[in-house]
Order: sequence, then structure tokens, then C-alpha cells
Amino acid sequence: MKSPKGLPYAGYKFIRGCGCRGGTCGACGTVYRKPGDYKLQVALACQKTIEPEMYMALIPFFPTNRAQYEFAELTSVPEEVFKLYPELFRCVACNACTKACPQGIEVMDAISALKQGNIAEAARLSFDCIQCGLCTSRCFGELAQYHMFQLARRIYGARVIPKAEHLAEMVRKTNEGRYDQILDELKQMKKDELKKLYQEREAEPMAAGEDWKPTDTRYL
Amino acid sequence: MSLEARQEILRYHPDYKEEGRREIKVGPSKGYRIAHEFVDLLEARSRVDPDKVDLSRVDYETDVLVIGGGGAATIAALIAEENGAQVLIATKLRHGDANTMMAEGGIQAATKGEKDSPYYHYLDVVGGGHFKNDPDIVAAFVKQAPDALQWLESLGVMFSKFPDGRLDAMHGGGTCRKRMHYCADLSGLEIMRTVRDEARNRPNIKVLEFSPAVELILNEHGQCAGAVLYNMETEEYLVVKAKAVILATGGAGRLHVQGFMTTNHYGATADGIVLGYRAGVPLSFLHTVQYHPTGVVFPEQIEGWLITERFRSEGSDIVNVNGEKFVNEREPRDVESARFIKECLDGNGVPTPTGKVGVWLDSPMLDILHGEGRVRTAFVGKWKVYDRLGIDISKTPMLVYPTLHYQNGGLKDNAECETAVPGLYVAGEVTGGLHGENRLMGNSLMDIVVFGRIAGRNAAVFARERAKQGKLTLKHVKTYLKELKEAGIITDRVAPMLLPDYTTPEVKEKQLTVSYLGTLR
Repeated sequence: MKSPKGLPYAGYKFIRGCGCRGGTCGACGTVYRKPGDYKLQVALACQKTIEPEMYMALIPFFPTNRAQYEFAELTSVPEEVFKLYPELFRCVACNACTKACPQGIEVMDAISALKQGNIAEAARLSFDCIQCGLCTSRCFGELAQYHMFQLARRIYGARVIPKAEHLAEMVRKTNEGRYDQILDELKQMKKDELKKLYQEREAEPMAAGEDWKPTDTRYL
Repeated sequence: MSLEARQEILRYHPDYKEEGRREIKVGPSKGYRIAHEFVDLLEARSRVDPDKVDLSRVDYETDVLVIGGGGAATIAALIAEENGAQVLIATKLRHGDANTMMAEGGIQAATKGEKDSPYYHYLDVVGGGHFKNDPDIVAAFVKQAPDALQWLESLGVMFSKFPDGRLDAMHGGGTCRKRMHYCADLSGLEIMRTVRDEARNRPNIKVLEFSPAVELILNEHGQCAGAVLYNMETEEYLVVKAKAVILATGGAGRLHVQGFMTTNHYGATADGIVLGYRAGVPLSFLHTVQYHPTGVVFPEQIEGWLITERFRSEGSDIVNVNGEKFVNEREPRDVESARFIKECLDGNGVPTPTGKVGVWLDSPMLDILHGEGRVRTAFVGKWKVYDRLGIDISKTPMLVYPTLHYQNGGLKDNAECETAVPGLYVAGEVTGGLHGENRLMGNSLMDIVVFGRIAGRNAAVFARERAKQGKLTLKHVKTYLKELKEAGIITDRVAPMLLPDYTTPEVKEKQLTVSYLGTLR
């Protein structure tokens, strides 16, 4: 039994510490120990099967420092991150963060990447982060790793990876009204006509590559 | 499958089961037949006695009040703020605790002009929805989807891309072009955490967590002018005065319609439907809910969890107890779910050790097709979850059955997110019309972006230009309660539900407190 099922079974009702129950929202960061074992263990409660004799505490919230910034004004130079989070350099590379990560992220490696100015590497390494805050709760240097990673991913997503040119082109075409008339026609169309168009529409094959083109180009 | 063949199968879908629903006896959609679980909530008392709420004592005042804390709510808040409004977000759990966060699959938009356009997106949406969708809403949706995607890109959402920036895209059930974009298999998480991060940058957006709305407040001119919030921890009721309100409370999986298990978030309890309906907003398409065909039915610990359609995209078949294939691939979700249910009713399901029934999803096939280790590398998350429970899904197939996934319908609105109540805007899963009777994969994430933005902009404009000062009132609640009484509905039920109750009967019979000194909790 997982905790979100087990605790109500025992008569508890959650207000804090329960969210998606599927391991992606970060609401149920948990620390626990087993008798006779010195080691503090971590888990997401919703992912952890209750074991005999284990004792646990949910940490649904951990206070952290988050920097405010104007995203539009940020560039992709590493100094942006250093300025917003100077405490980054308090990291002593103890690796407690990595051991505390229920997602199995190499947290310390991602922090090291940031220290070296490698925003892309930090963004990629931290992609599975659910921002539960367990790393922060164990950090000797008092870093809020997950906020720094969020910043890195946003800079990477908006300033490092190239923009999708085909997307910009489609936005231009829709904003110029290129599809307004055919959409109006579809809106007015009787159900039978719509059904016919629907059934006749050409399907891109599952295995088609990026170079696939339809034969009918009238509505592109 | 032909449209006729689909209809034949759909008879087995829970939506088509008449005993699963009843007519609602009160309110603006009186006579409409919807699931008992919804009617039970709509034919229920308020959580608070409207006469006891002192509306002259305002606890928070703002231009735009956003109710809900998921994707639609957060996006609406951002755009309202950009349009000059002071924004207050009031949400039941933490900011971001929502179904948005859980969406794995992707987000649809026609972006590749050499093979796709809003025209084809439109056809797919209405075909999936059985041609009953609201045409204005669908047209606005498909037209603005590319712009909405570009906005996300500009905020730094890490879409899966080719090195030159071209977006990856795949098919979803019911699409004729590959237009489902994604961020690995964490699309919803990536979008949610990015927009939430941006909201935290905006000084004019304040957030109240663990404070769900329990009633809307109107003013003497009939405009929506705030809400009564409930602080779930201190059990206080608080009055928010606003010039416009956006309701974006999401879905209803935790109602477990017809006893189905669910993929949904802990807070998905249809609260917004209750609030909006009491204030006079009719319902639209709420007679249909979506069951995702492949939910875990065994083991019991992870019952209801979603197994992504990507297993099947990669080659896993669905088979019955005799090992036979019985279902077409890539049909819309309702058709697939209905087909699974039919197979089980026909006696070809696989009995589970917990007394349920399911069908096999042949995950070991992926190792056979693509080489040893494929399941462990391509679906490492799911592999780990099952492994902890002693099942190796690269060797043993999974047992699945349809699971309650999405509320296709909801509060009626138009393409501008306006409702029957001036000043009340809605966005996201709480609305009805876009998806008709069945939503396609990848359209819910785009729904919250397109209509979150529209609702945010329009609410800010309303707050600035059309909102009138006037006396606050809960008269609509009193009228509704009176109507319930006149319809002969005497009940102890209270709504909104806020949180599901999973207390077992064994615990309940020992909960002997005579009378609670606090509130109804």
C-alpha cells in the first residue's frame, strides 16, 4: 500500500502533502527511517510502499529563497544565474542533494554544471525535477537547487535552443487571416458535409518521416 | 473504423448507460440528465450559511480573482496581469497542484505548414467530439493554438526539438497529422512549472493556497464580484471582492463516476461546476466524461494510474484472456474504452486477484520487437513503479481497464470565455463545448493555454471598463437553496466537495464525536 492510500485507510485525511498521487507534482516529499538503520531515506509518499516498522514524516513545504527576475531581460550568459543566485558557490559538493532526490536526478552534477556556466547541461540534467524541495532540505550550503534549475531550463528553452521557424511562420499566417475563410466555412457547415470531409481526410502514416507531404494542399 | 462501427461500439461506453445518470431537478439546466455523482453535488447544500457571511467585511480586494491553481488559472492570471490587473489566485491545494502537472502526452497545434493547418486540426477536433462541439469555440481554438505554443516557447518551455529548432511531433488518437508536440513525457509538468515560475515573477499576482472558493459573490447589478473562500486549515470563511472572476478549477475524476477508478489529481472534485451553476451558469456536455482506455487495474496499490498510449504506439498490443487481439489501434479514446468494456462483458476479460477484470497490455512485446531492454529504457518510470511491486513489465504484460480521466463538458461559455453571468469567465477543464462529447489526446493542454489567455485578457478588460461598484450579495445562493427545498430535495450533502473522502467504514464507525465545535469538516 502507498501512503496516500495507506494513511486514509488508517483514518488520516490529507490537506497538505497530497497532490497528483502519480509522482509528478512534488507535494509529498517524505523522509523516513527504518529501525536499526542510521540512514535517513527519502521518497515521494505516493510512490513509496509502506513497510513494517518504518517511521516517516511528510515535508510538504520547505522555505526557500527564490530570486525575482524579468525574464524578457535575461540573456543566456552564465553570469545571469550567478547574479540572481550568488549562494550557488556555497555548494561544498557533499552530494547530499543527489542522495535526497526521489527522482534520481544527479543534483550535484547539475549544480556543478551551473557553477561552470553550463546552463544547457544543468537544464538537461534537471529535466525530471518535480520541485519537491527534498534536496534543499538536506543542503549544507542552503541552496534552493530547484529554483536555480527552473531558471536554467527557462533560459535554455527560450535563449539557447533555436526557435521553431515553422511555428513562427504558421503564427504569421494565422494572424494574417489566411485560414479565417475556411474556418468560417467549417463553422457553418452541416454535420453530414463535415462527416464526409472528416472521413475523406488524408492521414499522415504513423511511420512517415519529417519530409512527408500530403497530396491535397488546398487547405494548407 | 467507420463512423457507424464506432457508434455500435460506443453503446458499451459508460456515458451511454442510462441507469448511470438522472435528471437534475433545479437550476439553469433543470431536466438535463447527467451522472448521479454530479447531480448529487449540484443537489446539495452550501458549505456555509449565506446569512452568516458578512459581506461588508472584505478580507481581500482585487481587480481579477482567479479561482484554481492549475494551468488554465495560472495562464489566465499572467495575461490578466499583463493587461494591467491586480490579480489574486485562490487555490485549494498548492499553486500548481492540478491535472495539468500530470499530463504526459503532449499539446496539439498545427505548426507545420507544409502538411498541416488549423483546417485539419478543426476536422480532427469535431470528429473526435462526434460533430457536436461548439463551432465557434473550436475555430478560435485551432486558430490561436500556434500562437499559444509560440508564447510557451518564449517563456522557455523546453519542447522536444530537432537541433535546428524544429518541433518534434507525433500522432495522438484521432489525429490525421502529426501535430502533438511534447516535452519528453513530462509535457504538463514542464508547462505548469514554467508558467508558475513566471507568475512568481509578477508582483501584481498574489496567491492564496489551501483556500478554495466555496461560493461566488455577485453584486446588485448581477455581475460576478468576488467569492467566499474557505481556509481549510483555520476553517475560516473569507470574503474576496473583485471586479471580475475567472473560474478555472479543473475536473472531477475524484467523483469516481459510476465507481470507476481515476487518473486524476487529489483535488479534482468538480468544485467550479457547483459554484458556477449556483450562480446561474448552465451546463454544457457534462453528460460525457472521458475514460482513458489504459488505466492500471492491478496491482491494487497503483489502481487507476495512467499507462501512456505510447506503449501502444511502440507496438504493444491489447489482448484478451485468450491472447487474442480485439481492438483497432488509434481510435478515439471513448471508442477504445467502450471496446475494452465490451470485451470484458463478453467474458473475455482477465480476472485479477483483487476480484476485478481487465485486459492485457502486452509490454514484453517491445523487448521482442525492439531488442532486449527496450521497456526498461523507453519506459523507465513505469518499469520502476511495477518493479517495486514485484512485477517485471518487460517479462509480464500489464493488466489495464478504462480509468476516469477527463471531464469533457462543464460550464457553458463562448469563444471569449464569457458565461451567462457578466464578469464571470471560465477556462480549461471546467468548461464545456470545445471537445464536444469526447476530447482528443493533446487538446487539453492546448485548451488551457488558448482559453486561459483569452479569459485573462477579457477579465482584465471587464474589470477596467465594465465592472460597476455595487452592493455584494449571496442572494443567488439563497434562491438556489430555496429552489432545492421546493423541489423536495432534503439532504445532508454539502458541496463543493473540496477533498474526496477515502475513510474506510472501519474507521468511520469509530469516529464518535457527538458534534463538531468548528465547521462542517
